[in-house]
Amino acid sequence: MSVLVFAEASEGKFKKIAFEAVSYGKKVAEQLGVSLVALTINADNAAELAAYGAAKIIKVNNEVLKSFDAKITANIIQQVAEKEASQVVVIDSSSNGLYLAPLVAVNLNAGFASNVMAAPSSTTPFVVKRKAFSNKAFNNTEINTEVKVIGLAKNSFGIFENNTTASEEDFSPEIIASGVSSVGVNKASGKVTIADAEIVVSGGRGLKGPENWGLIEDLAEVLDAALACSKPVSDLGWRPHGEHVGQTGKPVASNLYIAIGISGAIQHVAGINASKVKVVINTDPEAPFFKVADYGIVGDAFEVVPELIEKLKAFKAQNS
Amino acid sequence: MKILVCISHVPDTTSKINFTDNNSAFDTTGVQYVINPYDEFALSRAMWFKEKQGATVTVITVGNATTEPTLRKCLAIGADDAIRINTEALDGFQVAKELAEVAKANAYDLILTGRESIDYNGAMVPGMLAALLDFNFINACVGVEIESGAVTASKEIDGGTETLATTLPAVIAGQKGLVEEKDLRIPNMRGIMMARKKPLAIVEPQTIEVATKAINFEKPAEKSACKLVDASNIDGLIDLLHNEAKVI
Ligand SMILES: Cc1cc2nc3c(=O)[nH]c(=O)nc-3n(C[C@H](O)[C@H](O)[C@H](O)COP(=O)(O)OP(=O)(O)OC[C@H]3O[C@@H](n4cnc5c(N)ncnc54)[C@H](O)[C@@H]3O)c2cc1C
Ligand SMILES: Nc1ncnc2c1ncn2[C@@H]1O[C@H](COP(=O)(O)O)[C@@H](O)[C@H]1O
Repeated sequence: MSVLVFAEASEGKFKKIAFEAVSYGKKVAEQLGVSLVALTINADNAAELAAYGAAKIIKVNNEVLKSFDAKITANIIQQVAEKEASQVVVIDSSSNGLYLAPLVAVNLNAGFASNVMAAPSSTTPFVVKRKAFSNKAFNNTEINTEVKVIGLAKNSFGIFENNTTASEEDFSPEIIASGVSSVGVNKASGKVTIADAEIVVSGGRGLKGPENWGLIEDLAEVLDAALACSKPVSDLGWRPHGEHVGQTGKPVASNLYIAIGISGAIQHVAGINASKVKVVINTDPEAPFFKVADYGIVGDAFEVVPELIEKLKAFKAQNS
Repeated sequence: MKILVCISHVPDTTSKINFTDNNSAFDTTGVQYVINPYDEFALSRAMWFKEKQGATVTVITVGNATTEPTLRKCLAIGADDAIRINTEALDGFQVAKELAEVAKANAYDLILTGRESIDYNGAMVPGMLAALLDFNFINACVGVEIESGAVTASKEIDGGTETLATTLPAVIAGQKGLVEEKDLRIPNMRGIMMARKKPLAIVEPQTIEVATKAINFEKPAEKSACKLVDASNIDGLIDLLHNEAKVI
């Protein structure tokens, strides 16, 4: 018996969510009194996973798997879960994790709970807490099947070090036919993505026009943050569509979300609510964003933000 | 081409989220139900295929009789017929199994769905449906073209987009980009009149062992009020973010 975590490596490197998934898996394994197995594909340094509690690290290395394929990967996870008699399989919420988790659940005929945000509150019955209604509520879900698949929400459980001596095992899975092939990837290189960023700096219509985006870019640069915007901003063509966040745009679950000149409409907030700490800068004290924010400044972005950038630069210089 | 569009009937985004029966059920009092916004993009793309390339478009939902106005709206937008599987499913796996049964019986070439439902945000049904049918599957799709059975689709990935090639039959789960927002279809008067006469079949559900079920709901703890910092006190904000929130 075991808990299995799929610890995804992206271009050979683990992202924080892989460590979070392993930390979570460790907790569940302890609750069940079984050991934790981590599966990773084409990772440069698979041994890193031992620091978060993996007792066994299964390494798959195969050129064919260089470009991600959901069906093939889901099948490999199934092979390992069966081999390791895994009762619980944990998958993170990266775009690839979201793609493959439902396939894994069907392959294993397992009950699947997505958006899980906490360790099981009970293991018999097996109950987990999930986010629902765009973070406006939580839902305690019971999983009744023998094997259970958990989709772990990003930035919800945290990363915990748990140094273990892990055994490592090379595994050569059978590779099934896919049916879907990658033709090309279009990715801005070197930029922090909204999915990975600890901090997201977001601008709304209050910034008046695309010519003022230097402010947002400079602030993002000091904070090593990803850029985002409200929907009208991308609809007006001020910013690329990839930066639009909210209910109909990208979801944000960062540690810090800074909203500048954004009113805080319900559809905007629905998509960014999962962020831990929210800051708003807006001229209108009645703007709904102040109801959801943790910290706020009532003020003009064109005065507040340049000063914030200067002060942050000084702060960074002092604290690095 | 035979297209099936899966429609999820969900509370409008602005709905108040409350629970009843000791927090075990969603309180539908005063809630306005709509076509799941992502599914509107799927349906509008299906209409485009129907008009430009020739296709039949069937819409389907798993739900009780209260979902019928939503299906009628899809018919008014231009779907040819509708199917309602008469059950209130307890989880996404059950929905996928119900849908798979009907899909198998009707040999659809293309199944279009939304990326996720905005109520439970499960993002479970499309992938499960594809796996149950052993259809090719593309998730988070932001554009799709089909030429004689060959599918070219672009999907969102972390930090960009990826172009994928596949073949029919396929399940494609999409969002904005399948069509542009300005090209979303809305019912017109003629469509609404015609929708009344279009077939809406009611299919009885199978017996499915339920894998997961929601036991109860919680609302987030009342948020403490926003701490306001004076615009002249930027250092104060930096201090709070560093020492109190510990995020910088
Ligand atoms: C079905 C549906 C889905 C939607 N999905 C999304 C979504 O995913 N994401 C999204 O963002 N929106 C979405 N919307 C739109 C949403 O309802 C709002 O219209 C939108 O979020 C408003 O954007 P905004 O805050 O940038 O602009 P506005 O509402 O115009 O707000 C601008 C704000 O800037 C402030 N301001 C003005 N000047 C300054 C200044 N000098 N300094 C500081 N502040 C200033 C104003 O006080 C105001 O609060 C959706 C709407 C619908 C109907
Ligand atoms: N009850 C349902 N009936 C038909 N289709 C559904 C239903 N629930 C979900 N879907 C489809 O699956 C997509 C993803 O939903 P979900 O997995 O619930 O997040 C939706 O956008 C719909 O296209």
